[in-house]
Amino acid sequence: MEGLGDAARGALLLIFSGDATLGGIVLLSLGVSLSAVLVATAIGLPLGAAIGVGRFPGRRAVVVILNALMGLPPVVVGLFVYLMLSRAGPLGSLGILFTPTAMVIAQTILILPIIAALCRQAVEDAWAEYEEQLRSLGATGLSAALTLVWEIRFSLLTAVLAGLGRASAEVGAVMIVGGNIDGVTRVMTTTIALETSKGDLPLALALGLVLILLVIALNAAAACVRDAAQRRYG
Amino acid sequence: MILPLKLEEVFFVAGGRVIIERISADIGAGPSTIILGANGAGKSVLMRLMHGLLAPASGRIVWSSGDTARLQAMVFQRPVLLRRSALANVTYALKLARVPHAERERLALEALESVGLAAFARRPARVLSGGEQQRLALARAWALHPEVLFLDEPTASLDPTASREIERVIQAFDAAGTKIVMATHNLGQARRLGDEVLFLHQGRLVERAPVEQFFSRPASPEAAAFIKGELPWV
Amino acid sequence: MGLIFRLVLALCLVGSVSAQPRFITVASTTSTEQSGLFKHLLPQFEKKTGIQVRVVALGTGQALDMGRRGDADVVFVHAKPLEEKFLAEGFGVKRQDVMYNDFVLIGPKADPAKVRGGKDALEAFRKIRAAQAPFVSRGDRSGTHFAELEIWKAAGIDIVKEKGPWYRDTGQGMGPALNTASGMNAYILSDRGTWLSFKNRGELAILVEGDKRLFNQYGIMLVSPQKYPSVKKELGQAFIDWIVSPEGQNAIASYKINGEQLFFPNAE
Repeated sequence: MEGLGDAARGALLLIFSGDATLGGIVLLSLGVSLSAVLVATAIGLPLGAAIGVGRFPGRRAVVVILNALMGLPPVVVGLFVYLMLSRAGPLGSLGILFTPTAMVIAQTILILPIIAALCRQAVEDAWAEYEEQLRSLGATGLSAALTLVWEIRFSLLTAVLAGLGRASAEVGAVMIVGGNIDGVTRVMTTTIALETSKGDLPLALALGLVLILLVIALNAAAACVRDAAQRRYG
Repeated sequence: MILPLKLEEVFFVAGGRVIIERISADIGAGPSTIILGANGAGKSVLMRLMHGLLAPASGRIVWSSGDTARLQAMVFQRPVLLRRSALANVTYALKLARVPHAERERLALEALESVGLAAFARRPARVLSGGEQQRLALARAWALHPEVLFLDEPTASLDPTASREIERVIQAFDAAGTKIVMATHNLGQARRLGDEVLFLHQGRLVERAPVEQFFSRPASPEAAAFIKGELPWV
Repeated sequence: MGLIFRLVLALCLVGSVSAQPRFITVASTTSTEQSGLFKHLLPQFEKKTGIQVRVVALGTGQALDMGRRGDADVVFVHAKPLEEKFLAEGFGVKRQDVMYNDFVLIGPKADPAKVRGGKDALEAFRKIRAAQAPFVSRGDRSGTHFAELEIWKAAGIDIVKEKGPWYRDTGQGMGPALNTASGMNAYILSDRGTWLSFKNRGELAILVEGDKRLFNQYGIMLVSPQKYPSVKKELGQAFIDWIVSPEGQNAIASYKINGEQLFFPNAE
């Protein structure tokens, strides 16, 4: 229990110390994960909605695979992206290995199935309620799917937050494609891993608490937005 | 003119059961038509076949010429409204019908006025009462000035006061020249609103007659039993 | 939707390419990184030349593999036979000595195998094997792992055949392996640098040191621009030249933890 108490105090000290290095690491972590969430949402929401309302041969298999991909191990995704972006690999000439861009790409691949699968489920459930009325009014296909997505946007926020949670918590993918380079690709999770391996467990735990607090803050903000909207739109 | 609507030997099958059996009828302009029958007689399915939400297993459903999509609309037993203002729900329907942007708000307000909801134009649709929501659904359906208005048991979920309000609106639309096709199992409502009755029993069209004749001198034993309130549940 | 995606990707790419200073990628080992040497050394080089040095810290085996894939400009590791193999395969240009440090045999203060104070690493390993005392191996193809295996061999022990439950092959870097050893009160071979900056010591202490066999030489190589034209050969060579120059060598010697020097420069 001592360790936790020390860690809690350490976390508060870290937060209020205004340490520039820590600040940089936090900003990079947020930048990478939020960028990944942005891209994965832009692709995943329409994809999930299309599968949710679509009827095509092999649909059940697609749904099963999409759900299964939610469990992609981060280290496997990292390895795959590394091999793609390595100089010896197909996309090596882009020269983006060991940069934050590579980290965004890896995290986007990791969380895209989560956002798409959860969106598909939400849209499919809503479609059951709205289908008749929307078709009666003449909305079909893509138009109906997008209307539905906008309609259930606050439920979809949960899917987006799930993606954000996964991205900000993972260390395997960003470690491999980023290289944990001091000042360039070092984020919260890789820093925690590094400090743990150096034996500085109190610091690692304190950083872990800072990370958890950050994610809680983001989720709380989202909950406020959702409640306000619920009151407005019913 | 999209009327008359011709049904030719229409069958509908679901779950291995015949729901609609060999119905042929011409639905013409003018008199408001009541589709009458007990629960399970096939009224809702017939309404959806006519509106185009379902396709017949065999037989044909043929409109006369015209924009059959735009010129008919349907109101369901439970109104499905979007999480937007009352006005926005109506302009949404207008947008789907490709009404030019500049005219949408004006037409929507007119529709709301015609059902007495003009004061609620900016209110979120989902906070309205059951009766108000159904009136909004009627306004949305009527905003395009359809030739035919299908209504599937529109007051079945409402209390007597709200039901009366809905009936008043329907009568007003009828007087304005819209063809009303309404499904109900409520004998009093059929008498109040209808000009002619199509009586369904176990998926078959058993009798068709002007409303007063149907109620005072029913020609078929099933109709007689129904009117006497003795129809055994299917 | 598709437009937004393309826009974001473009911004990311632009951001990562244009906003960059001149920089090189150096594949090095976890022991050099975790000892804190780079934090001390690199700012001096960057200030002098304006070249940013980005270090990816892995095990020696992985670092050399990174060089083989062309993902690094320079490799800086400590396992001479492996480095010479790298050179022979044509992936490196020239190998130069940079510095050395030593390994130390760490173990629990209770010392069940009774090796404390000895000056013979081979003897100590034999005693540990005989006592079947818990021993943590890095098992990760690192320079340290390689050195450990060489000592077992020189002590006449075929560790692959003779290992038992007492030999814990963890597949981890130096820090995590020390954590494991600390948690199990086990013996472990570590480089002095990582040990000096390691904070989770528990009951562990240095038990054997000073044997010449524990001497650990570091070498540096430029990755071959012939194999990988994308290698930044001028910038990479500038770093190598600096590190073997008197200025760089002094910078290495001046790095101390608690007044103790960790690395001893020995470039020619």
